Formats: sequence, structure tokens, C-alpha cells
Amino acid sequence: MAPDLLAASLTIARKDLAIEWRTRTAFYSASLLALLGIVIFYFAWDHTAVSSLDLAPGVLWVIFTFSGILGLQRSFGIEQTERAIDGLRASPVPREAIYLGKALANLVFVVAVQAVAIPAVALFYDVPFGGAAVALAGIALLAAIGLVAVGTLFGAMAVNTRLAELLLPVLSLPFFLPIVMAAAQSTALLLSGRPVHEAADSLKLLAAFDIVFVAVCALAFPFALEE
Amino acid sequence: MRGDSPDDPLIEARGLGRRFSGREVLRDVSMTIRGGECLALFGPNGAGKTTLLRVFAGLLTPSAGSARVAGVDVPAAGARAAVGLVSHASMLYEALTARENIEFSARLYAVRDPRAATRMALERMRLLDSAELPVRELSRGLRQRVSIARATVHRPRAVLLDEPFTGLDDAGAASLTSWLTELRRDGAAVILVTHNLPEGLAQATHAAIMREGRVLRVEPRESLDQHRYVLAYGEHATRGA
Amino acid sequence: MSATNTENLRPVIPAASDPLLLAASAAVAAVFVRAVRFTPVELRQGPAQKIFYVHAPAAWVAFLAFSVVALAGVLYLWLRDPRLDRIAESSAEVGLVFNTVVLVTGPLWAKPVWGTWWTWDARLTLTLFLWLIYLGYVVLRGAIDDREMRARYASVLGVLGALLIPFIHLSVYLFRTLHPQPIVLKPSAPSLPGEMLTTLLLSFLAFTLLYIALVRSRYRLATLYLALEQERRV
Repeated sequence: MAPDLLAASLTIARKDLAIEWRTRTAFYSASLLALLGIVIFYFAWDHTAVSSLDLAPGVLWVIFTFSGILGLQRSFGIEQTERAIDGLRASPVPREAIYLGKALANLVFVVAVQAVAIPAVALFYDVPFGGAAVALAGIALLAAIGLVAVGTLFGAMAVNTRLAELLLPVLSLPFFLPIVMAAAQSTALLLSGRPVHEAADSLKLLAAFDIVFVAVCALAFPFALEE
Repeated sequence: MRGDSPDDPLIEARGLGRRFSGREVLRDVSMTIRGGECLALFGPNGAGKTTLLRVFAGLLTPSAGSARVAGVDVPAAGARAAVGLVSHASMLYEALTARENIEFSARLYAVRDPRAATRMALERMRLLDSAELPVRELSRGLRQRVSIARATVHRPRAVLLDEPFTGLDDAGAASLTSWLTELRRDGAAVILVTHNLPEGLAQATHAAIMREGRVLRVEPRESLDQHRYVLAYGEHATRGA
Repeated sequence: MSATNTENLRPVIPAASDPLLLAASAAVAAVFVRAVRFTPVELRQGPAQKIFYVHAPAAWVAFLAFSVVALAGVLYLWLRDPRLDRIAESSAEVGLVFNTVVLVTGPLWAKPVWGTWWTWDARLTLTLFLWLIYLGYVVLRGAIDDREMRARYASVLGVLGALLIPFIHLSVYLFRTLHPQPIVLKPSAPSLPGEMLTTLLLSFLAFTLLYIALVRSRYRLATLYLALEQERRV
């Protein structure tokens, strides 16, 4: 008998998270990369010319994409070594469940890294989040969903190619532009105290991106798994 | 549903073909295996045995003809649900324990009580002592046992085994043999790919040879004389080399 | 030529005597001559404006080519006909070349007219992203040896890339632009005077013809490679 889509997705997501939790290496690496990036960026600018507040959104969201990619790499790496992916494919779970399960696990991973990166930016760039914190969390979640939607599909594809580690960023980064742009724009608006509704256009773009790409990538995923 | 009566075929192929990048790996394969039967499949490397199993397991779609498991065309979910595949790669997650790997598989196959089924699988393959160890810390033989336990925790009606005795010690081989016997007694059909003639023929009710993508002879075990078979197999094997 | 394959490879005409390619090349050359010698020089921008007659049609072809890549990709995933993948492959390479032309002529035009090599205006940025997607597509194809997987993965990327383009456009639209107003595509009256408009339209036609000719040649090349590969195997 085949478990339903949701149950199967959750089973797979739990499995991925259990594996990551065992060693936490990818999480530590990604968080460290984020911290290093945030710190290095700080020294790349003249702070009398450009204020930290102006820099912070850009730094945050660029770092977010690069550290997110580290997590995405490992998502299908674990399925490769002993061909565990065949175990998933041979089971009766729907292909979309494999996508959703892995995407969900990746989402938790990315959000966990954000939970390190965002406070780090607040600390090092002296950015008062204050009332914007909730809205910022919302932006972070929307951005993470977009990143994970595309990255999970490309992760499945890249792992089967010759230049897997290089190909994943090369393929994914163009897709991250709308995410980074919308997230950085709206973050900048919120941090300078503007009301949320002024960021509405950017947020709508992010939400639309998420909806479209989660749907399309879930539909395209079986093609990435096929043999 | 087909396959419920003991006479219904559990594993079938009709004119099954499969190509990779223009190369034909399976050609016009036809066979019928019923519940309780065990087909020992021999053949030289590259004959297509693994590919055939992978088609039945739903990992590859046929390029020509059809294949069915439990009356459902592969690779539909209904067919996949009835299959347990033991292949060369263990399909295990190194970071998880033996128990976790098996239980995960049980959940994927919607087994009613995954914990209980996992426990039974661990007992069956004598893995209770190693159950809480991460797979990466297990020896080859133990991993093979976990691989078998994982693949069969849901009591599949079609059991596909690709050289399952590799790496198993006597105890492991005995566990596997008795488990297969039990499954077959409950109506499962088995395909056993092996290079080890005595081992294969010991279990088998039927035997077949594959060469260059074709299944050459399928005959019942009783009509086989092992000595003649060795000669026939040897002849086919060297012709294929 | 081997007759054992099942993909109906047709006999191939040598490219040197390809009439379509010759005609298209002649058309492009003719348009260049018309643009340089027989079209008036624009008042504010001077002779540099004439790059526009290359820049705009090349951009059109770049987008057209990617639409073909995406469409061929969708059809391939549905029909699994390898010819569709060869069309996609050919259109991608030709489109990449035209896209590069856009990105080279853009700065060449921008420098004398606006004083800066690169302007992050909406359209040029979009074309830059298309170029990056093309490159990703070509790199992906190069990283896969198995023909069917390559076709399948490339098709997926083609479709996703095509979906991305409107999002890039919207993203960039949120920013201010430096690009001159769209002077041709206003519905009421094109801002280009008659002769320049004619040259531009002729240029669009010539470039499109060249695109078709080049894709055809490249397609034939892909077919030849396939035949060669199959013959080697037999």
C-alpha cells in the first residue's frame, strides 16, 4: 500500500533531518560560512561613506543564498553514496512526496542558518530590528521557500552530473535574483522605518515566485529522478 | 486484484525490451512467475540480469513490451508496493542505525506497525545486537543483512535479489534462506540472480540463463541435472565472453 | 551512412552550398550596408546610434531562440522525440551567440552616447540574465554524457529558465532605469522616422532569417554527430 503524499513527505523530511542532526556538519559549515561572509563584508566597505544600515540588507541576502547552497548540496549527496535514492524510487511513495519531503528538510536547514545569520547581521552591523522583526521573519521565510523550491530540484539534477558541486550554484543563482532583490528591497524599507505596505510590491513578487516555482519544480521533479 | 489466487502470475514480462542510449540491454524478454516459485537467474556480466530486476522493481521503464508485478504494470505505485529489491548497492543511509533504516523503509511501504515489523526484521536477520549502530560502523556482511531486512520488511509478494549472498557468512546465509522459504510459503515469488550455481539451484523451482539481453532457457528445477546445467551455463558463459 | 538506427536520419547537405545560409548572410550584409550608408544619422546620438540596428534585432533573436529552446523542451518531455532535443541544443547555441552580440553592442553603444560602458537598465539587465541562463544551459548539457538524461535535464532547465524571465523582468522593473524610452513599440506612432524604421524592420527580418539558417545548420551538425556516434558503436 502507498502512504499518502503528506505522510510520505513528512517521513522523508524527518529522515533527512535525522541524518543531518546526527553530525550537523553541513549546518555548522553553512553557519560558519555565513558568519565569515558577514564579517568579511564589513571590512570591504568604508563606513564613513556608506552606513552599515544601508549595507546590511544586501549582505544578509547575498550571504543567505551562498550558505543556503551548501545545505542544498548535501540534500542529494546522502542519497548518492549507497544509492539510497533507488530505495526511495522503488518504494510506492509518489515522486512529488520525495520532492516535498526533501524541500521541507532543506527549508528547516535554511531557516536554521538564517537564525544564525540574521542576529549576526543585527549585531555586527548595528541594525535595530525592533518592530520590524515579525515582518522580517516573514520575508526570511518567503525567501527561504523560494531558495529551497528551486534548489531542491537542481540539487537532484546536479548530483547526477559530472561537475555536481559547481553546477548547483551555476544553475541556481540566476533563479535567486528575484528572491534576493525582493528580500533586500523590502528589508531595506523596513529597517529604515517605512511602513510594511510600502514593501508590498516586493513581497507580492516573492510570494508569486514561491507559488509558481514550488508548483513547477514539484511537477518537474519526476523528470529529474527518472532513469 | 490479480495475483490473489495461487495460480495468478505475480511477476510477468511480455516482449520486454529496454535500451540505453540506443543500446539494447533487454531484448524480447518474456516470463511468468507464480506465487511460491523461485527463479534462479544465471548469466555472464552484462547480460542484463540487473537491468531486468530494476525494471520489475519500477526503477526503469520498459522501452518495449510490458512487465507486471501483482497484476499492475510497472512502474506504477501498485507494482512498486509489491516488490522488495536487494541490489548491489545497499540503499542504506550510513548515518542512520540499522533499525532506523529498516523502520524508514517500513514507513515508506505504509506497513501497519512499523516498529513491530522492524523488530521482526531485525530478529529474522539476526541483527538485534547491531540494531542501534550506525550503518557506517557495520561490517560488509552485517550491512548486507540490513540491506536484506530493509528490502523485505514489508513482506513483499515479489522478492528480487541481485547476488544477495555476497558477503554473508553462514549464519546470514541461513537467515536469508529460511526467510525466503517463509515468504514463498506465504505466496511470494522470488527472482534470485546469482553466480553461485549450487546456492541458486538449492532455492530454485525454476532456472534460466540470460545472455546479451535475452532470456535463453527457463526450465523447472526437477528437469535439471546440476551437472548438465553447469556445462550448459559454462558454454553460454564462454560464448558470451 | 549507417541505416541501422531508428531515428530516421535524413541525408545531410554540406553546409558550404546551403542556400538558406547564403541568402541569410547576404540579407544581413545588405541591411548593414543600408544601415551604414543609406539611413540617416540620428540627431542626438550621432553615428553610434546605428549600432541599434544590430543590437535590437540581436536581442529579439536571443529571446526568440530561448522561446524555441523552452518550447522544444516541453515537447521533448511530452513526446520524447530526440529531434526536439537537437532543435533545442541548436537553438541554444545560436541564441547564446546572438545574446553575446547584444551584450557586446550594448556597451559599444552606451559609451559614446551615455558616457558609461554598462547601464543597469531594465532591458539590458534582462538580456544579461538570459545570457547567464543560456550559459547555465550549455554548461549543463556539457556535464552529462548520457543522451537521454541530457535531453531530459536540459528540457527541464529550458522550461524553468523561460519561466524565470518574466520574474527577472518584474524584479528589475522595481528599479529605476536609464534606458531610452521605447522608441519603436509605442502603439500610437513609432518615434523613429520612416527610413530608420524601415531599416530596423529589415534588420529584424534579416536577423531572423540568419537565426533560422544557423539553427538548421547546427541541427544538421547534431544529426551528423549522432550518426557518427552510432556508427562507432556498431
